[in-house]
Parts: sequence; structure tokens; C-alpha cells
Amino acid sequence: MVGAGLVVIGVGIGIGRIGGSAMDAIARQPEAYGKIQTAMLIAAALIEGIGFAALFAT
Amino acid sequence: MRKPLLLKILLAAVLLLSNSSFANVKEATSDEPKKDLKTEIKEYISHHLQDSHDFSLFSYTNDAGEHVYIGSSLPAILWDNGLKVFSSSKFHHGETLAEVDGNYYKLYHSKIYKTDAEGTINYDEDHHATNVKPIDFSITKNVVMIIVTGLLMLWLFTSLAKSYAKNNGVPTGMGRFFEPIVLYIRDDIARPNIGEKRYRKYMPFLLTIFFFIWFLNMFGLTPLGINVTGNIAITFSLAIMTFLITNFTGTKDYWMHQFNPLGDSLPWYGKIPLYIILVPIELLGLIIKPFSLLIRLYANMQAGHIVLMSLIGLMFIFKSWLGSPLSFVLAFAISLIEILVALLQAYIFTMLSALYFGFASEEHEHEHEEDAELAH
Repeated sequence: MVGAGLVVIGVGIGIGRIGGSAMDAIARQPEAYGKIQTAMLIAAALIEGIGFAALFAT
Repeated sequence: MRKPLLLKILLAAVLLLSNSSFANVKEATSDEPKKDLKTEIKEYISHHLQDSHDFSLFSYTNDAGEHVYIGSSLPAILWDNGLKVFSSSKFHHGETLAEVDGNYYKLYHSKIYKTDAEGTINYDEDHHATNVKPIDFSITKNVVMIIVTGLLMLWLFTSLAKSYAKNNGVPTGMGRFFEPIVLYIRDDIARPNIGEKRYRKYMPFLLTIFFFIWFLNMFGLTPLGINVTGNIAITFSLAIMTFLITNFTGTKDYWMHQFNPLGDSLPWYGKIPLYIILVPIELLGLIIKPFSLLIRLYANMQAGHIVLMSLIGLMFIFKSWLGSPLSFVLAFAISLIEILVALLQAYIFTMLSALYFGFASEEHEHEHEEDAELAH
């Protein structure tokens, strides 16, 4: 159970950083909004996948 | 002429489900040990997440202390030294044995086991049943929903295609809703990821998988309690399709990348020590890609259902005026998020499939083009 909690903390930090960086990037280049959003979602989904895999393994 | 026919099939399927609904009354067994509330809620949630052999909408205990089930039974099809077909109403929701041709079957945790006439279930030390499991081809709740979604999509998109042909490509009615989605998948998912040359070949699969997952996810949010995309066998089959298509349509360069990732940049004696590590990693990557697809969809939908059901369960745990509004507000908020997740997961699955198809259609000219672009 502690492991599951640690995994969720890690995934939270990871997705939070992706979201934050995507916001920065959009603020710098609003015209690239669509591309940044797509890349952000893919990266977030990959991290989420690892998080779920770890959660279900515990 | 085909549209009315398809409509009729769809209607027949819906009617079959609703018409054969029956109230199944069963005496409550008194020797059952009294469970505490938390285990009961836990069991209810895990029951909801599982596939089941009958399409029950709800059940309640009436004044006379009998369990009443509202829903319809579904056909059970077993292969056990010959085909055995019978209605799952014979199980009476797991409370009685089903006798078919002198064999006895029992529902235990939503799985069919073969038993003796008394219905004994043998356990090993981990409390797993050790009875023989016949091969089960039953039309379960999930299978019904897959068929319904398939027919719905068939009817929806053939009728849309016909309306486009009739109106010279001008969308009408539902087409106005679906056209932007289809175009989005083509222009923002398939084209940039797969490439101008080959994207057309993959469009039918990408559109099918997107709408299939999306519709099933949305059906999962209805109070029918269907959890099709939260079933690992189904996401596994979907991921297997992506895996097979990726590898069967792979170009020569794609396979060269798997087995000769460094190309001409090193002489052969330099490659040997590197390839002992590199090639297995590349091959492992082939399997990990669809594996992550299947785990992501399964876990997301499963987790969504668990959270939603647990929040509703709060109502029964609090047992005060505070519980119901709290549980309602939380469940409502999570439901809204789940609507977003239903779309997002369908999108991610399609997006990543397109990305993998893009890897499989890589060509060397393409890479040089990119290099040239970077040099500018």
C-alpha cells in the first residue's frame, strides 16, 4: 500500500511537470497550441500507463 | 433497402433485451452469515466490475424477504465434450445448479464450474476453486454490449454514408456532429503521425477503434452497469489488433530498424557487442507498446468505475443527512470527469496506434527530408 502511494506521488509530480511545461510552452508560442497539447497528452498518457501498471501490481 | 433492415436488426436486439425482462423471485437463504457493510459494498463493486452471465438491471429484497431480480437472462454456451447451450436463467443468479445432459454446472464468482450433483466446489489452499472449468463461449453481458455497439456503429455510419451520397457531400443531422470528429482523426491524428503517403490505408482501423472505444466507454457510464472496456480481455484483443497491423504492414526500413538499428554507422565487429543488448531491447519494445495500450485503457476505465461506485457507497457508510448530498456531489463531479476520460482514452488509444503505425511505415527518404529541414 505504501508503494502504491509512492507511485501515485511520482505520477502526480510527473504529470504536473508535463502540464506546467506545456503551459509555459503555449505561453511562449500560442500558435503551436495544437501540437503542444498533443505531445502533452501523449507524454501524460505514457506516465499514467506506468502508474497504473505499478498500482495494479501492488 | 439496407437501412431499414439494419434498423430492424438493431431494434430486434433492443427489444430482445427489454422484452424478455422478467422478475425473478428467489427465497432469501436464512443460513447465510451476516456480512458487515464494508465487505458487502466491496463485493458489490467487484461484482459490478466483472462480466456476468445475465443482464440484470437491479435487484431488491421485497417485504416477504425474497430477492427480486429485474433483468434478462442470456444464453450460456459451453464446450464440455460437446456443445452445451442453455439459458443462464437456470443458474438463478448463482443460487442453484444448472443441469444439462446429466452434467451439473455452478456459477461461482461469475465463472461457470463443473460440479457434482450437490454442487460442491473444491478449494486449494489459497481458496481458489479447483473444479473443472468448461470452455465458455457464452453470450455474456459484455458480448451483448459489443454486439449492440457493433450494430449501432454499422447502422450509424452506413446511414451517414448514404446521407452524404444523397446530399452531394453536405452533412445533415448527425453528420454535423460526426464530421468534425472524423476529420480531426484524419487531419490531426493519422496524417501527421503516419505520413501523407500511407495514412489512407490505416484510416478505417483508426476510425473504427476510436468510435468503438468511445461508444463502449460512454455506455459504461450509463446506469446499466456495463464495464466492457474495463475488461482486460477486451482491451487485450484491441491491442493485439494494433500489434498485428503494425507488424504486418511494417516496411523494410522498419524491420531494419528492429534488427540493425545502427545501420552503416559501425563496422560489423563493432556492432556485435552493442547488438547483444540493443536488438533484444528493440524486440521487447514491440511487445511493450501494445501492452501499455491495453493496460492504460483497462486500468483507466476500471479505476473510474471503482471510484464512482465507492463514492456512491459512501452514502451507505455515513448513514446520516451528510452522506447523501456529499456522495451525490462527489459522484456527479467524478461522472463529469469520466465523460472527459471516456473521450480522452479513445483518443489516446487511436493516437498511439497511429504513432505505432507511423513507426512501421518509416522510410529512409523521410528521415533525410527531416534532416534537410533541420539544416535550414
